[in-house]
Amino acid sequence: MSYLPYVIAAWIFLVGLYGLITSRHLVHLIICLSVIQSSTYVLLVAIGYRTGAAAPVFADIPPGTPAVDSVVQAVMLTDVVVEVTVVALLLAFAVQTHKRHGTVDPDQLRALRG
Amino acid sequence: MKRKTRTRFFLVSASVLAAVFLLGVLGLPPLGHYRGPYGDVVNALTVPERHVTDAVTLVNFDVRGFDTLGEEYILFTSVMAVALLLRRQRDEPRRRHRDHAPGRKGVEASDAVRVVSLVLSGILVTFGIYVVTHGQLTPGGGFQGGVILATAPLLMYVAGEFENFRRAVPRQLVHIAEALGACGYGLIGLATMAAGGAFLQNTLPFGTTGSIVSGGTIPLIDLSVGLEVSGGLAVLLIVYMEETLEHKEE
Amino acid sequence: MTALPPLPVAIPLAVAALLAGLNHFVKRRASSWIAIATTAINVWFCIQLLLQSIPNTIVYWFGGWQPRHGIALGISFVIDPIGAGLACIAGVLTLAALIFSSKYFDSVGTLFHVLMLVFLGAMCGFALTGDLFNLFVFFELMSAAAYALCGYKTEEPAPVQGALNFAVTNTVGCYFLLTGIGLVYARTGALNLAQIGRTLDQQPPGALVIVAFTFITCGFLVKTAATPFHFWLDDAHAVAPTPVCVLYSGIMVELGLYAVARVYWTVFSGCFSASTEALRGLFITIGTATALVGAGMCFGQRNLKRLLAFSTISHVGVMVIGFGLLTVNGLAGMAYYMLGHAGAKSGLFLCAGIVLHRCRSVDLFELKGRTARLPFTIAALICGAAALAGTPLSGVSLGDSMIHSAANRHAYGWITWISLASGVLTSAAIFRFAAYTFAGLGPDTPKSPEEPQKTEEHPETAPGDASTPAVMFVPAALLTFAGLFLAITPGLENVLVRAAQQFEDHSGYIRRVLDNVPAPMMAAPAIPHEEFAHGLLTLALAIGLSLLYLLWERGRHSLNAAAKAVQIIRRAHSGHVGDYVTWLTFGVAGFGLAALLLLR
Repeated sequence: MSYLPYVIAAWIFLVGLYGLITSRHLVHLIICLSVIQSSTYVLLVAIGYRTGAAAPVFADIPPGTPAVDSVVQAVMLTDVVVEVTVVALLLAFAVQTHKRHGTVDPDQLRALRG
Repeated sequence: MKRKTRTRFFLVSASVLAAVFLLGVLGLPPLGHYRGPYGDVVNALTVPERHVTDAVTLVNFDVRGFDTLGEEYILFTSVMAVALLLRRQRDEPRRRHRDHAPGRKGVEASDAVRVVSLVLSGILVTFGIYVVTHGQLTPGGGFQGGVILATAPLLMYVAGEFENFRRAVPRQLVHIAEALGACGYGLIGLATMAAGGAFLQNTLPFGTTGSIVSGGTIPLIDLSVGLEVSGGLAVLLIVYMEETLEHKEE
Repeated sequence: MTALPPLPVAIPLAVAALLAGLNHFVKRRASSWIAIATTAINVWFCIQLLLQSIPNTIVYWFGGWQPRHGIALGISFVIDPIGAGLACIAGVLTLAALIFSSKYFDSVGTLFHVLMLVFLGAMCGFALTGDLFNLFVFFELMSAAAYALCGYKTEEPAPVQGALNFAVTNTVGCYFLLTGIGLVYARTGALNLAQIGRTLDQQPPGALVIVAFTFITCGFLVKTAATPFHFWLDDAHAVAPTPVCVLYSGIMVELGLYAVARVYWTVFSGCFSASTEALRGLFITIGTATALVGAGMCFGQRNLKRLLAFSTISHVGVMVIGFGLLTVNGLAGMAYYMLGHAGAKSGLFLCAGIVLHRCRSVDLFELKGRTARLPFTIAALICGAAALAGTPLSGVSLGDSMIHSAANRHAYGWITWISLASGVLTSAAIFRFAAYTFAGLGPDTPKSPEEPQKTEEHPETAPGDASTPAVMFVPAALLTFAGLFLAITPGLENVLVRAAQQFEDHSGYIRRVLDNVPAPMMAAPAIPHEEFAHGLLTLALAIGLSLLYLLWERGRHSLNAAAKAVQIIRRAHSGHVGDYVTWLTFGVAGFGLAALLLLR
């Protein structure tokens, strides 16, 4: 039980990779990328967790109370917002692909070979 | 590679990768037994040294403020890139924005949706500003508040015409707001250097714990980041909406 | 100046944001000048940092957060000569690219300059930082700017696909990197490179550390374009604007290798000290595979930019071997090789840009005889190829010989043949291009059906004048000259060897960062290096091979028959992003398996 979140993170990572590779639609492919990113969130937050500890906000608890790790949370929250824009960038590629190639199926894209 | 070959090749590699991953992961300390010193040291100095109560914001904008500058610029770059990629090409004619395709009866938003959306967008703007400015006190900060602020105009789009949204949120303004926010963070860092400290050193007075003016430079950086994130996401929304609306007419 | 370290990052980023805000008020010429001025100032900063870092590594703590009781709290910049040197190269190449594109590139608006400045700032931050998560943040920033610049020519179908392949592959690499960082953080509770190194030194590594090492190294190897993570690079180069290709080949992939080396020496070399032989074998295998795949694919290309991309992959393979030897001389050789390669390769790409501008194509068969009016450009092209093959004074040649002497001492002498094959095939391909397009030597149309199909490449510039503009030719010539004659720089060898010693000094680095103990100056060991025979042999064979192909029909047929043997490799470069990520998974899985079995 105590390793479950980590195993789940590994599983999400691999499932996202599988979805990416077998994808037939670029938008689906890009969403699989964000699924893979979610696995890193699960891993990071689980790493910082401490049983029975409070959130690292000392507004209503006295300073010095055992709290979970604030560093991974800080790292993760900036990552979440940044990921939105990176996904937006990739989706812009998908939109342009549709305009230039007429398709969003990766199997049909043939401009670069050999 | 053919599809089947690729899938099989992947499944073989992925099973090896899964084994590797699991072997690694089982060496982690079990859940709930975070050991490392970094988080504890930072949590301990949050209130006594900087007079802020939210350790996460302290880490984001003070202890590891330089990282956050980089992350903010990733957001900025991606938004610039989207604006660049979806720019109007020479072969695409200018189109008047209309909310529905010709010959097709557009679905008008019902009155209930309109009223609720407009009321909610007001609440969201207030809440967003609250979250941005209270970042050092309670969970929140520039990133979270900025996202909330950026969804308010989206509600206006859901409720009303696209044109009203465009009039309320002129693209030039949000573009400048975003650039200002991005630049502001770097300028704060350079200013603290000019004041004799290190880059992004928290040199302003720390104020009293629990008041809105506490934490030195942290509220300033919060505002700057909030401006940038909300501006950036608003630009994204506008660019994508222009894109989709043009397509709707084809 | 103790305030210097943040400036190479802060100034370009701040100016980029300003330019973006003033986008509609600033004309293109003005933004070009602002960008060039900012880059020039940046180069000056980096040179100052380089000079200051040679006597002693510079350590700078952001936000004033000094380490307390040996625990690093804030983010640090730890600047040693190799990092500062790479930041200088980034600045110089960006300057060349900006000057090159300043006059003629149509639709190069302010946003192009904004992205280039962000790219520069990110690369400098990447080269100078001493914090693992900061490394990741600049890695992502560098990548975001790179994706945008790659897909810049949105009017054509190929750039979008190339940029998508680039973006997806590198993003997956990013996620592996982040996972590895999370694992290391869980184990050590630190994000500062020196502190992680100190904590890991205290216990023998377990599976967790090995897996974290795998993920972090593979994430950076994706950026380095080592086989089997390299597939994105040729697609990206074939479609990106030429000035951007200069940055990709000249410095971006080298920074990936720098990160692998930095993380290995600072973090993992202590705890893996018992497995150095095994790691040597692993890295040399990767380098060899990369060098051979790049060289094999290079010779069969008809698009000049794609050809140069495979040449980069091949040379990166040799650089990986240089690092992979895990010795001072190997690393110094790698650094020398990087310098020479940066000069020569960027010169080659700029020449390709000139050819594209004047002849409106970079396709081998389309250009038969048509570059006859570009004698100086073709001369520069030939000089660049010669520099990469290993003319006596070129950086590549000297770096190569340092790597060989290091390899000989560890019973890896057969590497000489690998770098020979790499140099011969890549330079022969360029010589062939030059001779065919300039003098018309060789057959008319592709005879064999297995020739690669033509990649559509539209010109990037408005049709220009009857002569090559100076803003285009001068940077190309200067960079090629630098690559060709690097070895005449006095004392460069000794500086690099000392820098490599500083780089590999695991405990010295940690003590300097955490305890503020300056590292003792070490005497540079005398390096026996070989004569210039190897380089001259490579050059001769390259010229011979290209002439053989062009002039002798039977020779051409047998070469094409030999090419059928590498058909399977060529088919792997399918342009399909799912294929690339499958190879990536295979690579990480293979590396992880090998690491778990070999490392103790």
